[in-house]
Formats: sequence, structure tokens, C-alpha cells
Amino acid sequence: MRKSATRSWPRWTSGTLSLFAGMALSAFASQPVSAQGKQLTLCWAAWDPANALVELGKDFTKETGIEMKYEFVPWTSYADRFLNELNSHGKLCDLIIGDSQWIGGAAENHWYIKLNDFFAKEHISMDDFMPATVLGYSEWPKNTPNYWALPAMADAVGWTYRKDWFSRPEIQAEFKQRFGRDLAPPKTYEELRQIAEFFQGREIDGKKVYGAYIFTERGSEGITMGVTNVLYDYGFDYDNPNRPYQMQGFVNSPDAVKGLEFYKALYKCCTAPGLANAYMQEGLDAFKSGQVAMQMNWFAFFPGLYKDPNVGGDKIGFFVNPAGPKGQFTQLGGQGISVVATSDHQDDALGYIKWFARPAVQQKWWELGGYSALKAVVQAPGFPKSAPFAPQFLESMAIVKDFWAEPAYAQLLLDMQKRVHDYVVADKGTAQQALDQLVKDWTKVFKEEGKAVLAE
Amino acid sequence: MAHSVVEASPRAKTLAGTIVVIYAVVAILPLLWIVATAFKSQSDAIAYPPKVIFQPTLEGYVNLFTVRTRQTSDFIASLPPARTWYDRLVRKHDMVIAGPSKVVPRFINSLVIGFGSTFLAVLLGTVAAYAFSRFRIPLADDLLFFILSTRMMPPVAVAIPIYLMYRQLNLTDTWTGMILLYTAVNVSLAVWLLKGFIDEIPREYEEAAMVDGYTRLQALRKVVLPQAVTGIAATAIFCLIFSWNEYAFAVLLTSGGAQTMPPFIPFIIGEGGQDWPAVAAATTLFVIPIVLFTILLRRHLLRGITFGAVRK
Amino acid sequence: MTALIHPDAPVNRIGAQTPFRVEKQVRGLSDRSIAWMFITPTIVLLLAINIFPLLWMIRLSFTNLNLSMSYLPLRFVGLDNYRDILTDDDVWNRLQLTAEFVISSVALQVILGFGLALLINRQFRTHSFWTTVILLPMMLSPAVVGNFWTLLFQPQIGPFNYLVGLFTGIVPSSFSMTGEVALAPWTIVLVDTWMWMPYVMLICLAGLRSIPDYIYEAAEVDRASSWRQFCSITLPMVMPFLMLAVLFRAIENFKMFDMVNLLTSGGPGSTTELVSITLKRAAFEKWRTGYSSALAIILFVTIFGAANIYVKALNRVKQR
Repeated sequence: MRKSATRSWPRWTSGTLSLFAGMALSAFASQPVSAQGKQLTLCWAAWDPANALVELGKDFTKETGIEMKYEFVPWTSYADRFLNELNSHGKLCDLIIGDSQWIGGAAENHWYIKLNDFFAKEHISMDDFMPATVLGYSEWPKNTPNYWALPAMADAVGWTYRKDWFSRPEIQAEFKQRFGRDLAPPKTYEELRQIAEFFQGREIDGKKVYGAYIFTERGSEGITMGVTNVLYDYGFDYDNPNRPYQMQGFVNSPDAVKGLEFYKALYKCCTAPGLANAYMQEGLDAFKSGQVAMQMNWFAFFPGLYKDPNVGGDKIGFFVNPAGPKGQFTQLGGQGISVVATSDHQDDALGYIKWFARPAVQQKWWELGGYSALKAVVQAPGFPKSAPFAPQFLESMAIVKDFWAEPAYAQLLLDMQKRVHDYVVADKGTAQQALDQLVKDWTKVFKEEGKAVLAE
Repeated sequence: MAHSVVEASPRAKTLAGTIVVIYAVVAILPLLWIVATAFKSQSDAIAYPPKVIFQPTLEGYVNLFTVRTRQTSDFIASLPPARTWYDRLVRKHDMVIAGPSKVVPRFINSLVIGFGSTFLAVLLGTVAAYAFSRFRIPLADDLLFFILSTRMMPPVAVAIPIYLMYRQLNLTDTWTGMILLYTAVNVSLAVWLLKGFIDEIPREYEEAAMVDGYTRLQALRKVVLPQAVTGIAATAIFCLIFSWNEYAFAVLLTSGGAQTMPPFIPFIIGEGGQDWPAVAAATTLFVIPIVLFTILLRRHLLRGITFGAVRK
Repeated sequence: MTALIHPDAPVNRIGAQTPFRVEKQVRGLSDRSIAWMFITPTIVLLLAINIFPLLWMIRLSFTNLNLSMSYLPLRFVGLDNYRDILTDDDVWNRLQLTAEFVISSVALQVILGFGLALLINRQFRTHSFWTTVILLPMMLSPAVVGNFWTLLFQPQIGPFNYLVGLFTGIVPSSFSMTGEVALAPWTIVLVDTWMWMPYVMLICLAGLRSIPDYIYEAAEVDRASSWRQFCSITLPMVMPFLMLAVLFRAIENFKMFDMVNLLTSGGPGSTTELVSITLKRAAFEKWRTGYSSALAIILFVTIFGAANIYVKALNRVKQR
């Protein structure tokens, strides 16, 4: 019999094993414990305005003694994470600034508290807020006075451009010579395409630059939020205004097809390489590193861009989403703030909303980098001068249009993501086929939901 | 050993060595780039053309561990002088440290869940493997195949009912829930690997010990386990690597409290896009425990793959 | 006699005198109870975490449950979900794409892994160090790997294109690995091979090292050429190991989700959308729980069936 059979273990193994055991047992014994004392957790996306909100929230803490904790999640996983959280009746969030498209699901699934009584009691009137924001962020069903959120962050898609490049005499001269008009921020998409072609591949300051940056992200909502800006202008509609959910002939009308083809042409001709899956963050990177002349992005980022040391200040300009053959619209962004129904601190949370709705707080919110939806703030006489993008913001909020806010919105969005990305980036099929397929996809979703869908 | 009766000729060895070294160097380049990126500044990390020579800085690591807010230069100038080197570093970019980031709690979660589930899986696996090896269990072959087949489901698929189940049991986003889940996934591998190892240990030793008066349990502890240490170590490495690096379950079943590092790292956002230096810093730090563990137990790794593999 | 025996008396005497079988039961717990004590926790855990949810999922697959529309009445829809999936061209495309991915990546890993194992087996100096270096990619989290390879593949700011440009003269910004339809499927094969080739290599190494020297010596005596030795000794004896490596890698790659999702999000379009990504989107983004349960069952049956067939073939090879 081998002597080794009775040899004892090397000491480190028993030590390590006890360590493992200790950890396993302590894991069962304890859980991450939340702090005692009054606090509220606010959930939102991780972006510049969120940092501004943290600053703003310090006033709330000073006034009420309630500590604010924040849970910020990057945009690409924002919907995933928080819809997951809401679906699992999680207790993480007391307040949530949920995306405008979640309103339908949130209302029907009772994720949020209905705020009508609260507003009545505290004399908060929805008439004090921009109508587009009330409709977009707060109401469900749409166009009925049922409120599930307070409009918190007004946002829309806008454009930035390199004002310094546009003002260079040699560039202006060349442009005038080629196109017969002055180089200026485009008013129509045709003009935008010309400018993008002009800058595509040009050498500026020793580096090759590109024309435009547009959204192409596949995973969450990027390419949809980009393409709708063009589609709306070309006459795309979600359904028949007179017959809800009748989509044939509105989603895939010949005009809509032309719009989709335009977006693809723009992507192929005049954008920087390697941006086949790009959304907000990549746009900021591309613009800040001097790769593109014009960038499509949300107004939410414009305060940060204006302050950027490389491309901000005098070097940056802003323009509203250009017009198309059938009109000028822009995709609505923005969110409302709601109280989560499973929260244990609903009264405190409502207190936060009451504080947030104050005109003085809304004014400070704008000054810190957020976008107030309060009429008193945006319609104040000094507003257009308060920031270089303020006039464009006002103009944009008047022409916004939103995606479906149905409870089934996630399915509708993901279907559109797939069909559009397949066509625009992956060169699959024709624009007509993509939109026809989309109608079929959406019809199926509505049928599952039990909504009567009237086919053409 | 080598092919022929004697060792491979020096020339053959050099040739083999050269090819392997070339591959190894090429394969390690991406990792080197990541380690280097952790020491770049934000603008260097996304410079084009990519910078191979750059001015190293600890910004990436500082950004990883802190949450910062941007202030105006006037405000920064009005603050009392920075007390620590990282304060100074951050203020150079017109930013102020606002608090610690979530990376340390996430790392702790990874430690607890990773090591906890590894320990449990190895514990359960060892005793179950011993039982399968030494005793005649009814339907042993079927049970063993059943245990193996639990690894054939895509994690996303398993997550669907687990998500619902955990929702009911309030186990979402808890250490307990994640440890249970990872243990269940690991234990199948552990049983298979360890059975292979224990099969290798001749029964005679413990039977002799029992004749000498030890109980079965004592024989297990004093005779079998010491000889199985290699196999246990190898199994532990594999289980740990899985639990440490797992993403699908972590991202679907945790949100804040029990979130581990893999769902956290790819979403470290800077002011514009991803904060690549911070992501690279997190990646480097996150892989160090595993690399250390593996280097220490390198020899066992080879044995581990063999035995589990071939013994069926 | 027993009555007079002190409890601590040398038990050996009792042990030496009682037959082996009885002795097992006299000392401590019986073997049977130990066996059950040892196996039950594992079986119970697996039943709770694997089997019970699986059964629940089978039941769900016959319903129309949608978690984001939980206010809708739950209906049993029979085989509708299965019919939807099996008649959906898109799903078949995903399955085909996944199969292609599995085949190309495993083939590449086997060729590279076996080749490198043969080379390392020559045991040149420092081979142990370089082996460890090659192993490093395997230690990383696939999700983190997928994420940072997006940086490496970036045409403008990533080193991959520049390296390729350096060696072949192609302009770095003229192609985009993750952005082009023709190239994207190869990126996932490339990154997967980079990560998991070491695994196959290790298994092959173990196989090579298990071949005893005397077989080769006998072959030398018979004056068999190196090539002959390779074909009739090395290859057949490593084959079981190789086939096992193929099985493990194939199963893992069929289930692959995290690395690809973070590298390409399944794009461009759906050109790298593996079935796990489709499943995740259906289950956790569209919240179509019933539908995705059916898809999960179909995937499981596919993997299970294929693995079964393969293992039978493997056993036949081992018996040869």
C-alpha cells in the first residue's frame, strides 16, 4: 500500500477550500443590503442629461432630506434591462424615466401608477406642457386624458455640422462652383445629400473626412430612429389616419419606398466606413474626432457637444431635420418620469415628481443641460437665445412624430429594425419588399394582440 | 514523446518551435492591444490611424473606478487644490470625481458567485462522481447521460423558464439564485470529469483502508481525495472559468444587485462612446485571477481535459 | 464476546473477523445510504434547475403567453407556435447560418488545433511557456471578447485593418470586417477560432501524449516511414480525442450567443444572427414567451438528436 494514501493534504488546499466554502455560505446567508434611511432610486439611461439630473437632484435632497440613488444603463441595453425589470415586478426602481414608446405597455400592464388624481390634487396641469410631449410621453390611450408620466425630457432628432468647415472660403467657393448655391445648412434632404457628397472623401487638415453620420444600429432601435426621419418626410405613415391599424398602402406606399431607398443611397454614398451598427455614441465619437461634416443625433447631446474642446463653441452649428418631398417632420425622442407601481416609496416618489414639475426647477433643468417640456420655460422670451441650439429645438418640437407606442411596441420595433437593416446595410431585397414584409410582420403582431387589422 | 524512436531532430524542433512562436505572437497581439489601450488616453484610444506609440496614462483605470461630472474650467479653478493624484488627473479634463463607480461591487459579485458556484459544483460533483464510480447505481448510464444532456440547451433557452421561476421565488438578481444556477450548469461537467478521475484511482486502496477499520466516509477522505486532488483542481478550473466568464444568464437574470462583471464591462460608457480605456482596464483586471489560477494549476489542466474527455 | 469489547478497542479485530460485506454495514453508514446521500443533491439540483423548467417550458410552448402583454388571456394554441416556426423561412435561414458557422469554426479549430498540437509535441525548448501564451484567449469572457473585437475590427481606429493593410497593401478603411455582408460571417469564425482553438489543441495534446513510445519504436523496427506512422498510429489513436473535441465545440458553438451578439448584434442585417440571438430577441425583447419556448424545444431536440447520433459514431470509432 502506497504511503501517499495516508498523506495529508497540502495545507493550501484546505485553506483554499475553506475560503470557497466560506464564500458560498456567506452568499447564502447575506444579500446585498440596501442602505437604511430615506432614499429613492431613479432609473434612466446613462447619457449626458442623466448627469445633469444628478446635479439637479441635489436640490431635492437638500430640501427634503431624501437621498437620491441612480441606476443608469447605457442606451443599447436600456430597453432590455428596464423592460426586464418592469416585467419581473422588480423593486429596484421607485422612479423611472421610461422611453416614450413604453407608455402603452406600462399602462396596460400596470407597471406605472396613473397620475391623474395626483396631478389634480397638486394642481399640475398638462396644459402647462408642450402638447407634443404630453401626447408622446404621458398619454395612453393616445389622445385621451389618461396620464401615466410627467414629461421630463423633451427630445427630438436634430443635426450638427462643422460650422468652421462650412465657413472656409476655399470650401465655400468650390461648393458654389459645383452646385451653384451657397454652402449653408441644408433645408431639404436633397441639399443634405449634395453637401454630404461634397465632403465625402475630402482632405481637411491632413485627414480624410466624410459627409454625414446617420443611425444604423441593429440591436435596439438605432436604424429605425434614423430612417423614420427620412420616411416621414417622404410621406410614410404608420396607418390610415381614418382607420387605425390599416397599414397596407401607408407603410409601403410608393412614397415610403422612395424614402427608404434614399436612406440607403445616403448610407452607401456619403458616410464614414465601419459604421454599419452605429447609434448615438458612435456618432458623437465620429463627430468629435473630426470624421464627419454633419451628424444626425438627439438634441440631448447638443449641450455636451457645444462644450466639447475639439469641435464645440464656434466650430459647431445645428440644423433641424431637413424637409422631404412630402413635408418636414422629425422623430420624437424624449421621456416622461413615472412612479413604478411596485415601489415601496410611492409617496416620496410622487413628492419628487411634484418638485420636478415646479417652473423654477424646470428652468434650472434646462440650464444644467436637460430639456424641459414646460411651456413656461421654452416659450419664455429669452429661451431662443439661451443656447445656440434652442431655436432649432423649438422648431423641431413643433414637427415631431413618434413611433408606435402600443403595448406590443417592442415587437413592432424589432421587426422594423430587422427589415430596414436587412435592406439598407445588408443589401437584401428591394425597398418595396422590405416594406411589404414589414406590413406582414406588423399585421401578425396586431393579430396576436387581438386588434382588428383591416387588410387592404 | 515524439514520433520516432528518438526525440525529434533539433532541426525539426526548431522548425516546430518557430511556427508555434509565430502563431503565439500573432494570437497574443489582440490581448496586448487591449492591455495597452488600458493605458491610453481617451483620444489616443480612438485615434485614427491607431496609435502604437503613445503617452501612457492611468486615466483608463481612474475612469473605471470613479464616476465623474463635467464642470466648467472656472468652477474647477475655484475648488481647493486636488489632494490626490487621481483627482489631479481627472481635473485636467475639466471633470470632477463624483464618487466611486460600480466596478468594485460587480467584481465582488463575480468573486462570490464564481467561487461560490465552483465550490458547490466541485463538492456535489466529487461526491456524486464517487458514488457513480464505486457503487452500483440503478440506471447509472441513463442518469449520467441525463446529466450530460443538461448541457445541450442554449443558455438563452434555459433562461426563459428560469426567469419565470425566479420571478415567482424572488430569486432574480440575487446571489443565491445565480449560484444555484451556475452550480447546476457546472455540476454536470464536474460529475463527468471527476468520475473519470476517480475511476482511475484503484479501488483496492480504499477497500484496504476499510479492512483496516476506516468507514467508507473516512476512506473517502483519507485515501481517495488526496489522490483525486489533481482531478479536483482541473475540474475547479473549468467550473470557475465558466462561472467567471458567463454572460447570458447574468445579463438576463440580474440587473443591479447581483450583476457580475461580464454584463458590466461592455457597457462602460464614457462621455461619448464607450470608454475604451476603462473597458480595457476592466478586461485586464478581470482576467488576472483566472490567468493566475490557470498558471498555478497548469499541469492539472491537461490531465483534466483528457480524463473527462475519453472516459465514457 | 461483543459485550465485553470496549468501544475503542481495536476495531481491526472486529474488522478482521467479520466478513467484508457485513463489516461495511457495521462500521458507520451503510454504502447504500452513502450512495444516495451523495447522488441525491446533484439529481435534485438538476431536476429543479433543468428538468422542471424544461417541462414548464414544454407546457408554455403550447400557449400564446407574451409577458409584455400579460393582460391578454392565456390561451392554449396547440401546435401553432411549432407550425409558425417550422414554416418560417427566416428561422430556417438562421438554422442554416448557425450550422454553417458551427462547421466552419470547428473545422478550422480542428485543423489548427491538431496542427499546433503536433508541433508542440516536438517539445522544443520553451514550448511550455508558449503553450500557456496560446491558452490565454480561452480564459476571457466571450462577451468581453466580442465587445473589444469591435474596436479591433474598426476600419478607422482599429489595428486589424491596418495590419492587413500592412501585409497586403489593401487600404485599411476600404473594407469593414463587421460591416460587410461578405466578411461578417468570417469575423465570427475568426474570433471564435482565436478563442477556442487552444481547447482543441489541448485535447489533441493529451491524445498525443497518451500514445506510448513503444508503439512508435515497434514501427521504427518495422521501418515504417514517418508518414506511415502518422497515418496508422498517430491519427487513429488521437481520433477519439479529436472527435470528442469536435463534439464539445460543436455543441458549444450551436448554443453560441454572447460573443456574436456583442461583436455584430447579429448584423449586418441578419447575416450573423445565430439561432440563440433570434431566441433571445423573441424571448427577452419581444417577450413572446410561448413562441420562444417552442423554438427552444426545437433547438434542444436538434442538438440532442445530433449529439446522440454523433456519440454513437464516436463509440464505434473507439471500438475499432
